[in-house]
Amino acid sequence: MNTTRSSRLKPKHQRLVLALIALAVLVAAGLLAAYALRSQASYFYLPEQMRDDPPEIGQAVRLGGMVEEGSLRTMADGVTVAFTVTGREASAIPVRFTGILPDLFVEGSGVVAEGRLGPDGTFVADNLLAKHDENYVPRELEGMSEHQAAEMAEETTVGLQ
Amino acid sequence: MIAELGLAALWLAAALAVLQLVAGALAVRQDAASGETGIADLTRPATIVQGVFAALSFVALLYVFAITDLSVKLVADNSHSLKPMIYKLSGAWGNHEGSMLLWVTVLAASGALIAVVERRLPERMMQAVLAAQGFVALGFYAFLLLSSNPFERLPIPAQEGAGLNPLLQDIGLAFHPPTLYLGYVGLSVAFSFAVGALITRQVTPEFARAMRPWVLGAWVFLTLGITAGSYWAYYELGWGGWWFWDPVENASLMPWLAATALLHSTSVLAARDALRAWTIMLGVVAFSMSMLGTFLVRSGILTSVHAFAVDPQRGTFILFLLAIYIGGALLLFALRAGAVSEGARFSVASREGALVVNNVLLSAILAVVLLGTLYPLLTEAFDVRVSVGPPYFNPVGAIFALPMVAVMAVGPLLRWRRDGFGRIRRELALMGAVLVAALILVSLIGEVAFLPLLGLALAAMLALASVMPLRGRNLRRVPIATWGMVFGHLGLAVALFGMASESAFTKERLAALAPGEETTVGPWAVTLDQIAPAAGANWTAMEARLSARLEIGDPIVLTPQHRTFWAPPQQTAESVLATRWNGQLYAVIGNQAGATGAGPERWQVRLWWKPFVTWIWYGGVLIALGGALALIGHVQADWRRRLVRRKAAARRQEMGREQPT
Repeated sequence: MNTTRSSRLKPKHQRLVLALIALAVLVAAGLLAAYALRSQASYFYLPEQMRDDPPEIGQAVRLGGMVEEGSLRTMADGVTVAFTVTGREASAIPVRFTGILPDLFVEGSGVVAEGRLGPDGTFVADNLLAKHDENYVPRELEGMSEHQAAEMAEETTVGLQ
Repeated sequence: MIAELGLAALWLAAALAVLQLVAGALAVRQDAASGETGIADLTRPATIVQGVFAALSFVALLYVFAITDLSVKLVADNSHSLKPMIYKLSGAWGNHEGSMLLWVTVLAASGALIAVVERRLPERMMQAVLAAQGFVALGFYAFLLLSSNPFERLPIPAQEGAGLNPLLQDIGLAFHPPTLYLGYVGLSVAFSFAVGALITRQVTPEFARAMRPWVLGAWVFLTLGITAGSYWAYYELGWGGWWFWDPVENASLMPWLAATALLHSTSVLAARDALRAWTIMLGVVAFSMSMLGTFLVRSGILTSVHAFAVDPQRGTFILFLLAIYIGGALLLFALRAGAVSEGARFSVASREGALVVNNVLLSAILAVVLLGTLYPLLTEAFDVRVSVGPPYFNPVGAIFALPMVAVMAVGPLLRWRRDGFGRIRRELALMGAVLVAALILVSLIGEVAFLPLLGLALAAMLALASVMPLRGRNLRRVPIATWGMVFGHLGLAVALFGMASESAFTKERLAALAPGEETTVGPWAVTLDQIAPAAGANWTAMEARLSARLEIGDPIVLTPQHRTFWAPPQQTAESVLATRWNGQLYAVIGNQAGATGAGPERWQVRLWWKPFVTWIWYGGVLIALGGALALIGHVQADWRRRLVRRKAAARRQEMGREQPT
């Protein structure tokens, strides 16, 4: 029975060795994944966070806020747009995007921009996530309208006490 | 009336699932105690009738959707009387309740199929398998009946339906979910087999042979479902990509990875009686992944285009089911794994050895995808919002996927049990030569990033290696299952080539064009001829007429649209693809870019030239074909074996003497 070269190990041992190798590879995969996730996951910023504590230039992040009314301009090339994303505490980040705007992208509505902060302080977006349809709202935008509503209430009630 | 009948059928099916579970469980216990089998006779009929009632219930749902019965809440919420018939029917499963009913119907039907055809295994094990199947089905019946009744009536019938998401009004998508569900459910059958084998402690090659067709079938449907879903995302979303590492895409990829590993370890168990505990473990993991996929998609815990019907209560319910099934199965595994004796031995340089390496690498890829998918949930618990995308998945996945491709090329050339690399050194040398030649050739063509370069070279090597097992054999006598392996591996080479080529050579052009203006992308010159309005059954659109020319040959006309649906109001971009043998030209039209001073109106046009991108999906289809061939080959071989055995038994009887078997 036990004459093959590699099976000098007792039966229990071959299984043990296999299990240990599998475990080692899986642990390695887990560690590698954990390391890569820390460096590669793109963090979400609100405009006030980006103003106070900006990410490194060129690091992939997401920026979420409201598109300011009247800020949307199309550049001369016809495919680049510039607009401002606002958040709380009068924070505002200029954003530039080259591409076709999502269908439900409008001024005064929420947006999540994926991209990186440029050296001039402009956020260069590779991709814009707007409300896709009534059922699909980027997770970061949930509660965005509440935040706006709260701010509106604050503005309209200032000085009424 | 029909809706109430459907609901009644669903309750009856649930009751029969209870009977199936109880009868099966009692039979397993009784058999252990005495030889008596009274209640055991009920298990198979209960399973079959349960399948019939579940099917009746689903037919009832199809009927209320077909006639657009607006007094049923589900129809009123998801359908519209003006929709084309095919989308009315697909609307039946294009929502949460309907898709769960479809799931449980397929589950019950496959249970019925095992009860009818599977006679090879020891009866006691079959009782355990069917009891496990009943237990799984019961959870889903409870889910449907208690928290998502598809037949709920409205107190006052609606005037008109709320429509169906126009993104989902697409023929590919109409058949994409059912295909994936067939795959998920096939894995649940494999899970039931694994549990049955654990309970009766009979992890044998016979068990592997009985389970293999279900794993293969599930795997074929998952492959087709993922391939179709990827193509859908590619042309329907209009973003030019074919895989976004969206949580929902990952939810279908993870069961596929686990099923691929399970498939190969099942083959080892069936052929060589090795990897017993590992196969059982993978059976549990594969089903866990399909449950986890359902949980991620259904609970709305992750947002994606697919996450309609967000309801935390439902998420909790599925999480609860997930915990019961997986926790229970893992507990059973922990208790019984020690009792599963070790299988046959093998050396490292053997086909088993190569399959173990591939299994481990597939599991590692699975772990990488799983962690990447769950990481945003984890950080959200600490109130940090992150998203994980291609910069993580592509390189980290490739670290394990590319070595896997290399082992995959070598493995089929090795013999079972014990072999040496010396025996196949000529083949290895040839593969190495192809790899190096491809690397040099591609680097000469132009600047190609490291991963696509390696992908292209490995694809060439794998394509060669995948047909090597046929060398020197009479092609007409090669077993069908072997052809299955050849096509499956060749398909992966083709798909890998498509992926690498797409990421290495894609050309993109974004331009604002006035009618009459021209732009170029890759080898194509594209002119915007005109922009005109167009209309369909439930939408209006602006339609661009583009003519695209190569240096030689006639121009082709492309008509991408920017559509506006009115029920519900929504805008979508309809992309247009022109397919050539060596790639696809992809065109999308965007918004009006605004007039430049006194100039004419300009429109945004986005164009891609994607060399050999179609090979990704051709490869997917080839892989599925390979799986189907293997399935046919194994079922046919089993059938023949059964016939031979029956004939032999008949002959023995004729000769009138008993022979010890």
